[in-house]
Amino acid sequence: MEDESRPDPDELLRQINISERHHQKGKLKIYIGMCAGVGKTFSMLQDAAKAHGKGIDTLIGFVETHGRAETEFLLFYLPQLPRKIISYKGIELTEFDLDTALEKKPGLVVVDELAHTNAPGSRHNKRYLDVLELLDNGIDVYTALNVQHIESLSDTVSKITGIRINETVPDSILETADEIELVDISPEELLQRLSDGKVYTADKSKEAVENFFRRGNLSALRELSLRLAADRVDRQVRDYMQSNRIQGPWKTAQRILTGISSSPDSAELIRWARRVSYTMDATWIAVHVETPEPVDEKNRVMLNRNIELARELGAEIVVTSDVDIVKGIVRTAKNENATLIVIGKSGEKSFFSRLFVPGTTSRLLKESGSIDVFVVSGSSVNGETGAGFRLPAPQSGIKQYLISAGFVFAVALLCYPLSVYMGYQTVALILLLVVSLLPLIMGPGPVLLAAVISPVIWNYFFVPPRFTFLISRSEDILMFIAFLVIALVTGVLTTRIRQREKVMKQREERAVALYSLANDLSKAEGIPEAVSESVKNIKKVFSADSFILLSESGGKLENTTVTGLSTKELSVAEWVFSNGRKAGRFTDSLPFAEYVYYPLNGPRDTYGVAAVKFKDRNSYLEQESLLENFLKQTGSAVERELLNKKAGRAMILEESEKLYKTLFDSISHELKTPIAAIMGAVSYLLEKENMKDEPVRELYGEINTASERLNTLVGNLLDMARLESGRLIVSLKPCDAGDLANTAVEKSGIKKSVKNIDIVVPEDMPLISADYNLLEQALINILRNADMYTHNGAAVKIEFSFDTSSVSISISDNGPGAPESDIEHIFDKFYRIDRKNTGGTGLGLSITKGIVEAHKGTINALNLKSGGLKFTIKLPR
Amino acid sequence: MNDVILVIDDEIQIRRLLRISLEDSGYKVFLAADAKEGLQESVNCRPSLILLDLGLPDEDGLSLIKKIREFQEVPVIILSVRNSEKDIIAALDSGANDYVTKPFNTGELLARIRACLRFYRPEEKSPLFRNGVLEVDFSTREVRKEGKTVKLTSTEFSLLSLFIRNAGKVITHGYILKEVWGKPFSDEVQYLRVYIAQLRKKLEKNPSSPDIFVTESGIGYRMKMTE
Repeated sequence: MEDESRPDPDELLRQINISERHHQKGKLKIYIGMCAGVGKTFSMLQDAAKAHGKGIDTLIGFVETHGRAETEFLLFYLPQLPRKIISYKGIELTEFDLDTALEKKPGLVVVDELAHTNAPGSRHNKRYLDVLELLDNGIDVYTALNVQHIESLSDTVSKITGIRINETVPDSILETADEIELVDISPEELLQRLSDGKVYTADKSKEAVENFFRRGNLSALRELSLRLAADRVDRQVRDYMQSNRIQGPWKTAQRILTGISSSPDSAELIRWARRVSYTMDATWIAVHVETPEPVDEKNRVMLNRNIELARELGAEIVVTSDVDIVKGIVRTAKNENATLIVIGKSGEKSFFSRLFVPGTTSRLLKESGSIDVFVVSGSSVNGETGAGFRLPAPQSGIKQYLISAGFVFAVALLCYPLSVYMGYQTVALILLLVVSLLPLIMGPGPVLLAAVISPVIWNYFFVPPRFTFLISRSEDILMFIAFLVIALVTGVLTTRIRQREKVMKQREERAVALYSLANDLSKAEGIPEAVSESVKNIKKVFSADSFILLSESGGKLENTTVTGLSTKELSVAEWVFSNGRKAGRFTDSLPFAEYVYYPLNGPRDTYGVAAVKFKDRNSYLEQESLLENFLKQTGSAVERELLNKKAGRAMILEESEKLYKTLFDSISHELKTPIAAIMGAVSYLLEKENMKDEPVRELYGEINTASERLNTLVGNLLDMARLESGRLIVSLKPCDAGDLANTAVEKSGIKKSVKNIDIVVPEDMPLISADYNLLEQALINILRNADMYTHNGAAVKIEFSFDTSSVSISISDNGPGAPESDIEHIFDKFYRIDRKNTGGTGLGLSITKGIVEAHKGTINALNLKSGGLKFTIKLPR
Repeated sequence: MNDVILVIDDEIQIRRLLRISLEDSGYKVFLAADAKEGLQESVNCRPSLILLDLGLPDEDGLSLIKKIREFQEVPVIILSVRNSEKDIIAALDSGANDYVTKPFNTGELLARIRACLRFYRPEEKSPLFRNGVLEVDFSTREVRKEGKTVKLTSTEFSLLSLFIRNAGKVITHGYILKEVWGKPFSDEVQYLRVYIAQLRKKLEKNPSSPDIFVTESGIGYRMKMTE
């Protein structure tokens, strides 16, 4: 049975992620307005001033006042970051100084105009990327944004205002924002402010009112921004209801699917789908159906851009292949459980194709079954057609065209004297043969040229009347038309086949490249080899220079292999490594670099940075997905090697541990065996009843005492060695306090000289979590110490106590105590207070301390006022 | 007395020491220097008791115990150095009867040997058990301390019986828990501790410094016999 009110776990996780991320990350507040002049900067600065007043370390990163007096007045009170001056082609541009801001690490930075494009030479192309980096470094940011700069709204805005918007920010930044504040005034008020000269200076104002600030425009923009804010509030309410298990009217599990193609209109469709998904609170999928149709370079670049856009707008990208686009879309929609398909209306089609080939839209409507289909009208949305006749785009150089034409002429020239013998009709066949053979060596353009000129040449030079374009015989006219059509069709078909072949070959090449990389990586032993294999493969496949920098120990990148790398390039690599985002040439971040840098990610962690020097933007765009696959494999291989290395190290450690134990056991055995023989013999002799001879008996007693001492000494030395080797294994078990005290007293042998032993254990004493034998040894050493320094009528008291977090064992005697100057050294190795009279080794107490510390406990000694020394051991419970 | 004792120890000095002191105490002694020889001797001389050093050069003492036990029910006392509690517990759990740490007091060793041999002599088992102040009559299930009757719960009584059945011999925590409470509790040493404390309170002269139910550091308990 399913609990209907159970919150969606994924949704909860998302919220936790957001809140966790916010824990370390800075907070982002965006002030959104419908256009310039509504007072975003002003209210942003007001808030910043309030924060500053509250003692938050506030810094004005970049604010443009446009000479507005009120704004400048506010700015006056706030600390400002000097702008960075970048000179570009002789012009000095001022920009937000990201590095200094990061260095100063204030609590809050105010950066105006989020959609701003940075001057060339800045770290990021776009200012919003600067802001993201500030947030990543735990700095809060206030920023302002006009509604027209939001990616998914920019199309709508340009339709309303007729102005193309170039500076946009991805919608995802709105979701990153912790707070969005809508700064709203009525269009009337805004126009009033404009005419008052509060927004622009008087002469500029007039121009602005005529171009952009028309009442109709403003109302539309206002509606857009209000709707944006309302959507967000709506979403927040839903998030809140969901996380608090409040049943709401929302439809769960809505999934929207849209198609992506290389068409420029596809971008509009993508934005549409994103808006629909946002308002419906649905996840959305963008699917691209790869058909066997050849895709030329230009279209591939467009397609990649569209896929990138969809990904940026939060779509799940699915690439599938099918001969038929409609079938591919419907199949994906069913596999992905889509509930709604959003497509563009098919564009204008010729009468014939409408007659014979039903439009994509109508077929999709028919085949989609239970899935809703949403058809968006577009100016020329015709993304998914693909079928139909399409002329291959010119690719060949002028030289190729000349060669192709020259070839046709040459053959014609050769045939000219022969045409008398074989008749001019045969020449047509020969020329046709040439046209059909040309695709083997020529590109599509030259072939088509040949296809067009060869019938013309035939007509001009061979068909009577010669040297005119006239054709006298009607069968020749028919022949000419047939020749033209056959030449064209042959040309088009063969080039198409060749292109298809090329695409197939490309795909095959990719698969082979990936396979050979995988193969090389699997053979590589050790990280350096894996990396060099990967670099070798990248260089070969992408015909671009490449290198990989690793950070094996975590932390910093290590450059051990690449020589002659400039510090500039190295700093880009380090930035990529620490931020985990790609950067460098052709990207939005640090585009001044020579290479494109990617973080090298394994399944668990980032292990380094890979750099590739693409020839141009196009080859970068085309090959990026393959490169990403390459890097994914390399990352996994590096991680695998790293894990292997770790496992190897652990094995060596284990072996040395084993060796150590064997060695230790044998030393211990060798030392103890002779002592055991002596003590065994003496103890037997002493027990024999016929030991009447007193002096002999006393001498045996001396041997016995000496061997006992030797035994203790050897034991202490071994304990010390074990402690210092760091190989002491403490196995914690619950131990009984009374038992501990009793066995320690028994084994210490102090009963012979100490008459009065008092053990105090509270009724409700808890068990002590300790290694019984080690703690017992610690107590024995203290007891022996007490025995050594107390003399006649000695008394020893062992007392246990406990509180909520710890247990204490204190051992006190009634001896003379220790000189105060000695107490701090009492636990030092080989330290003895009275060197003459005692038989101590000076090791016992330092072993005790070592054992207690191995239990994460503490020990101290102090002189009692009543005389005597008191040791207190405190162990965690 | 004609009890035969087999000493298996790789150290010649220890073997010689044990041979002299044991023969002097009236036992017949056989010696073996390694596990292989030990196994042969245990078949040849049919010992009444085996003294076995755990650290033999050719074979692990534990597996030797198991091999010996396959064909005869002979008591085994382990000789070992300190810091090998784990090995001792393992040896006791796999059938050894007692252990003595090196270096040992020969008098103590002889006492253990006597206790062990007594344990294996069936004729000495009578319904009345006496140990110092403690007296148990198994025919009436009556327990007396210094002549006065003491009431025990049934668990306490079965624990006491286990101690008496193994009088003088060390028994591990695991063994007691298994015998008295059955397997599931095998790791619950705290559980056992409570009952031992109760037995001591009821039966010891001085419960805080016990001399009947003594603790064997990190290994288990032993009922000490007053001789």
